[in-house]
Amino acid sequence: MPDDLNWAIGGEAGDGINSTGKIFAQALSRAGRQVFTSKDFASRIRGGYTAYKVRSSTERVESVVDRLDVLIALTQRTVEENMDELHEGSVIIYDGERTMMEDFEAPEGMIDMPVPLKRLAQDAGGAIMQNIVALGAACEAANFPIENLDEALEKRFGDKGQSIIENNQQAARLGEEYVQEEYDREDFGYDIETTDNDYVLLNGDEAIGMGAIAAGCRFYSGYPITPATDVMEYLKGRLERYGGHVMQAEDELSAINMALGAARAGARAMTATSGPGIDLMAETFGLVATSETPLVICDVMRSGPSTGMPTKQEQGDLNMTLFGGHGEIPRLVVAPTSISECFHKTIEAFNLAEKYQTPVYLVADLALAVTEQTFSPEEFDMDSVEIDRGKLVGESDIDTWLNDKDQFQPHFPAADGISPRTLPGTSGGAHMTTGLEHDELGRRTEEQEVRIEQVDKRNQKVDTAKSEEDWDYREFGDSDSETLVLSWGSNEGAMREAMDFLDEADVSVRFISVPYLFPRPDLTEEIEAAEEVIVVECNATGQFADVIEHDSLTRLKRVNKYNGVRFKADELAERITEELDTPQEVPT
Amino acid sequence: MSSEIRFTDFKSDKQPTWCPGCGDFGTMNGMMKALANTGNDPDNTFVVAGIGCSGKIGTYMHSYALHGVHGRALPVGIGVKSANPNLEVMVSGGDGDGYSIGAGHFVHAVRRNMDMTYVVMDNRIYGLTKGQFSPTSREDFETATSPDGPKQAPVNPLALALAADGTFIAQSFSSDAQRHEEIVQQAVEHDGFGFVNVYSPCVTFNDVDTYDYFRDTIVDVEDEDHDPTDRDAAREMITDDETEYQGVLYQDEDSVPYNERHGLTENMADIPDGAPEDATDLVREFY
Repeated sequence: MPDDLNWAIGGEAGDGINSTGKIFAQALSRAGRQVFTSKDFASRIRGGYTAYKVRSSTERVESVVDRLDVLIALTQRTVEENMDELHEGSVIIYDGERTMMEDFEAPEGMIDMPVPLKRLAQDAGGAIMQNIVALGAACEAANFPIENLDEALEKRFGDKGQSIIENNQQAARLGEEYVQEEYDREDFGYDIETTDNDYVLLNGDEAIGMGAIAAGCRFYSGYPITPATDVMEYLKGRLERYGGHVMQAEDELSAINMALGAARAGARAMTATSGPGIDLMAETFGLVATSETPLVICDVMRSGPSTGMPTKQEQGDLNMTLFGGHGEIPRLVVAPTSISECFHKTIEAFNLAEKYQTPVYLVADLALAVTEQTFSPEEFDMDSVEIDRGKLVGESDIDTWLNDKDQFQPHFPAADGISPRTLPGTSGGAHMTTGLEHDELGRRTEEQEVRIEQVDKRNQKVDTAKSEEDWDYREFGDSDSETLVLSWGSNEGAMREAMDFLDEADVSVRFISVPYLFPRPDLTEEIEAAEEVIVVECNATGQFADVIEHDSLTRLKRVNKYNGVRFKADELAERITEELDTPQEVPT
Repeated sequence: MSSEIRFTDFKSDKQPTWCPGCGDFGTMNGMMKALANTGNDPDNTFVVAGIGCSGKIGTYMHSYALHGVHGRALPVGIGVKSANPNLEVMVSGGDGDGYSIGAGHFVHAVRRNMDMTYVVMDNRIYGLTKGQFSPTSREDFETATSPDGPKQAPVNPLALALAADGTFIAQSFSSDAQRHEEIVQQAVEHDGFGFVNVYSPCVTFNDVDTYDYFRDTIVDVEDEDHDPTDRDAAREMITDDETEYQGVLYQDEDSVPYNERHGLTENMADIPDGAPEDATDLVREFY
């Protein structure tokens, strides 16, 4: 039996699935195990199937797989929903005394483990702790030392007082003891190793929020929307500690305009939303670009169009972020490919925004945003954070940028396209700007030469950025392989693990994960060096494949997924081999 | 500094392209005087304008300024004031800008009560798109898009502000320069969201709500011995459809602005060169 443990708790929304899953994930992480979590949730507050899955191992884990070893099923539907991931030897923990589960029996070959969750919880002090009883039972089933739960419970219930913590710890013990008495651990074959490694456990939204603070973001405005809301919830209360403010706006139109105002006043500002919100923000996006205001706009993609599937994965907004908005709008588009990159790319986005005085789209997806993963804390190195505020002009050097009438020129057509910038309060720097075409003073104009000069100036900033920055990619696997796989966003983790499966089938691939979507690395050479090129993305039409084909003037193979669920490593390995000229069988 | 500042310092060298006789000239003059009278200078003032004739104001004034998109000037002003509460923030728009496309933002800006001033140039018509009815147009006001009148009730901006718990609700008439200037100045001095609806006649497209009409009908609340802290009296005046009032109709003297409630006092532009000193604590939270 591999050391890999795939655990899940499932039930109805409102059953405390999330907090229970999180407690278990934290316990594993504190025990020095690598953890990767995923959530199945529906767009409703109570009821409806929901699950929290935790994969853990002593080795690197970067994705979910089609396998469940221990399942806590609060409802029968939980078992049905996960049937294809359960296998011989899977343990199913449920409350056999619960009316709705009375007649339930685990499918053949699986280990049926009824535990009186509610009754034992009541013994410990309250029925509400039935999930914790189940956690204790799961610890025993997986042979995972229950002491690891204690700290996680302290963290979860710390603000509710010592007695609540102790009751929960007791509830877990009762679950553990019940399984010890009623079952023989040897029958399960799970033996979970712990290590001395220190890990932190966080999701992509939290990493984006943390990156924003590290980058000096001081103003955040947003409107609640799945799956971007965690960014706002993370920042609220924390941004204030650093002299900042989180403003919940009345809508997305307001959110981006507030952020624009704060940015013009000199604060590093950000808004985050998902697809529908990005549509609403598109109008102001043009103003941000035309007024040359540095702003980070984060799009945590979900399934679209329209309201689509709000709680499901998709990477369908690439075209919107690359091309959205009326007129031609210079922009930068950065897309982190892993949770730790969410931190680093957010910091970079703020620097790029101020350096080039442009809006920067920071594009993440649901699978990145709500997934938690363990990292060594050094991956979030605060000492390496550098701040570049660009061409900020103070009172001492303002004279250089005044015209002969002592007027400040916010849109001075510098050769690199980047003008000097003054912040309100700077003496002598007062100026206006507008979304209308304007001259170097920011004043409306329709003069043909000035129009051309200003359009060229704004576009020049992108060309300057192209030549000054390193629009690199992340590479994995065998760089000499004839098979090249390209992807963006959250697919990186699944693909990295898919490569392990492919190795076993003797299929070697070169994998390039692209974090910069505009400007983006020129991959022509890499594409030409490969025999076959496969582009992996979570959308139906292959938006990323389209732009890469356009760049490299070639046709690429595509692996697309748009059922609302992220790629799983083993599934992806299979899909890749199907595309190969000589398809291979992948052992899973 | 304030003693040296004259209102003309807020004037840019750009000549307004408003129609001769437009009410917006007087509205803007009052705004500039109110700013100068209250000790502000162009370098600490931020003016945000919406779209339409009113939106041109940022070009004609000299200060830090942004000319935004239609209806969204208020959120920009709120962002500016949050990021740097030391700035004097003045937002200006028209009746279409503020009460139609921006109506949602208006209500929320009022109840948020950020310490800023909002001056609406209300001419009861869309001017720049050449004469369609606006949200404050009368029910029977005939225009190209309402040949038989809009046949819907006009928005009462003051009532909207009152319903949203506005802390400073005033109305002025751009042609009554002295009173207009006083009222805007009071709005600037108010601790919170100072809202002034200004009758700012459109001489080109509106032949009903004219200078003469307002001169003949307007009633100054001061002549009525109105106590602006009396909310009931204010409500009565505001919902009186028969009379056009000018003056401060309501002021909450205990108003505590949003920025104060949320402890926004520092200029957020001042950020450290690297990550904040204790930023590693942020990572530690995830152990």
